[in-house]
Amino acid sequence: MSVLVANNDNFEELVLKSKRKVLVDFNADWCGPCQMLKPIIEEVADENSDVSVLSINIDDNDVLAEDYNIQSIPCLVVFKDGKEIKRSVGLISKEEIEGLLNE
Amino acid sequence: MNNLYDIIIIGAGPSGLTAAIYARRALKSVLVLEAKSYGGQIINTLDIENYPVEAHISGIDFATKLYNQAKNLGTEIKFQKVVDINLNKDLKEVITTKEKYISKAVIIATGNENRKLGLLKEDTLVGKGVSYCATCDGNFYKKKSVAVVGGGNTALEDALYLSDIASVVYLIHRRDEFRGEEKTVSKLKEKDNVEFVYNSNVTKLNGEEKLESIEVTNKDGTIKEIEVAGLFIAVGRVPENENFRKVIDLDENGYAKSSEDCKTKTNGIFVAGDNRVKEVRQLVTAVSDGAVAATNAIKYINNM
Repeated sequence: MSVLVANNDNFEELVLKSKRKVLVDFNADWCGPCQMLKPIIEEVADENSDVSVLSINIDDNDVLAEDYNIQSIPCLVVFKDGKEIKRSVGLISKEEIEGLLNE
Repeated sequence: MNNLYDIIIIGAGPSGLTAAIYARRALKSVLVLEAKSYGGQIINTLDIENYPVEAHISGIDFATKLYNQAKNLGTEIKFQKVVDINLNKDLKEVITTKEKYISKAVIIATGNENRKLGLLKEDTLVGKGVSYCATCDGNFYKKKSVAVVGGGNTALEDALYLSDIASVVYLIHRRDEFRGEEKTVSKLKEKDNVEFVYNSNVTKLNGEEKLESIEVTNKDGTIKEIEVAGLFIAVGRVPENENFRKVIDLDENGYAKSSEDCKTKTNGIFVAGDNRVKEVRQLVTAVSDGAVAATNAIKYINNM
């Protein structure tokens, strides 16, 4: 599966009501490490068909960034049944992302 | 065969990605395998000022531009760690933690990683007080107490950099004189907030959620505890060649033996960048190696 772009409007549908585990990548265009994380996130999305992988631009969606207290990016948040279960800040490896998903 | 490539490049740092650019321009199929993220060590440099043409560029911008250039030329990049290379006649089997790929030539451009102290909790406290990069993380320690461990130029420069940020900097070294430049040492001695701790090793890290203090043991056996919020470890770097011992020769420090042609003892396996034995390890020499290794790999394939 490819990475879906989420925003204020579809967040509830794609994340909170999702029946699957959701990995949300909070990022911004000006953030270098976010660009570096992007190809890794895409690969995670390709290889894990049981997980929805979403990208949220915090500048375009400041309400969500505030709601979820995103103070530093890149920030990855794992949701299950609409609830946050894991969070990681900073550039991490694919192995570490898979670790977040499998815990 | 789906997993067959002309050239597999291990490592997506400046050297590996430059090799990919040269190989793709020669129309060879290229797979780059990277264990972490693209860019290599240079991503930790805030401002590159010694790379020709660009007077200033951040390490991350440099890496991203290079990555996009290689990608746009048709380089395939996968994030997988290579654990072994097997030879199968003229072909090379590159084994990752997930899959097996086959290529005609391999370029090992794995670079270096930070040498660790080997202490308990060293790994879990990274980012929570333990750091290997003063210029990356120094700013988190404004007006706080920090320690630097090491005796070479990196340790001295880290201490100098941190002395302008932190309230106090302990410079811990296992000997009573430094390997690094005398000039930097005298600059440090002029600083009021730098304290030299000679003949000592860091022997324990204290703190659960974050680093709170370190235990320092002197050669004479005396032990003291120093309260620090940050510990910057600058005790050198180690080349990441261990998984390739079968196919390349390593020197006593683990660097891949090769001359300027980037060839190794195995036909069709090349080394490029900081993990190779060489005098000068710089961004320009890394990209230079990438070009040389790719050119020789292309020649090798064309003569197969």
